[in-house]
Amino acid sequence: MDELSLYVLDITMNSVRAGATEISITLVEDEEWLTFTVSDNGCGMTEEQVKRLDNPFFTTRTTRKVGLGIPFLKMLAEMTEGYVKVTSVSEKVSEEHGTTTQAKFGKNHIDFIPMGDIVETVKTLIQGSPDVNFTFDHTMPDREVHLSCAELKEILGDEISLAEPEILMWIGEFLNEQYAGAEE
Amino acid sequence: MKSIEELKAIKAKMADKVAVRSSTGDTRIVVGMATCGIAAGARPVLNAFVEGVTAAGLVDTVTVTQTGCIGICQYEPVVEVYEKDKEKVTYVKMTADRAKEVIEKHIKGGEVVTEYTIGAAKI
Repeated sequence: MDELSLYVLDITMNSVRAGATEISITLVEDEEWLTFTVSDNGCGMTEEQVKRLDNPFFTTRTTRKVGLGIPFLKMLAEMTEGYVKVTSVSEKVSEEHGTTTQAKFGKNHIDFIPMGDIVETVKTLIQGSPDVNFTFDHTMPDREVHLSCAELKEILGDEISLAEPEILMWIGEFLNEQYAGAEE
Repeated sequence: MKSIEELKAIKAKMADKVAVRSSTGDTRIVVGMATCGIAAGARPVLNAFVEGVTAAGLVDTVTVTQTGCIGICQYEPVVEVYEKDKEKVTYVKMTADRAKEVIEKHIKGGEVVTEYTIGAAKI
């Protein structure tokens, strides 16, 4: 994967598959570091499962025997002097279950890769799971970009899905305008 | 700047249209979006299908959805097309350009683009 936004998409898909109804994606950048955090209220993992995450031959899926999402992310983060931290509470343990994945990257490191199209990542997630309440926050030194699906649903009501092409297009423009403002 | 208020206008415009839209389209285009798909370039493929179906005015009959890994990672991006009363068609190693071609020839024209199907792929 050659764009950081694809890693964000891949990691957030884990939350979707964990049956989460609330998923927050937070990116925080300064001159030196970029940290992204994906938090969900999905089914969570047991301690044993969390320990095995770095192992590419561990996966919960049944269609293949390898799981490369977290190992890919960890490799990229550590190559840039950053890290990946995963904390999780299994639904078997507590009613307050869910998973938080945080990854930090050194932006000035030669192995850091471009952000790519993060707006496309957000749109892809909403298109695939319009019922999930995603919140997206990207804090840069000079600007903040924010989107809350719950806020949009309050206006649109139940009958209009966020996956409707007109709505997705609006979401794309809404985010892109906020980013364009950041470059002024 | 776009404001959230604008959505109210969009909602009003869409209200009638959505009411008559059937919940399940006759045709389903399913794009694999697991790690293997994403790493192979599934995001622009999905986007090309969503935009292509919208541009062709087929939103009422064709739905574009996502799925996880279906187990043929070496052929990603994989796209499956389900049409009413027809056999499923599996396209492999898709790109955004190929997606546009599939919409033109298959979804609109009814002709399967055989050269991109898994049957035509060299194993």
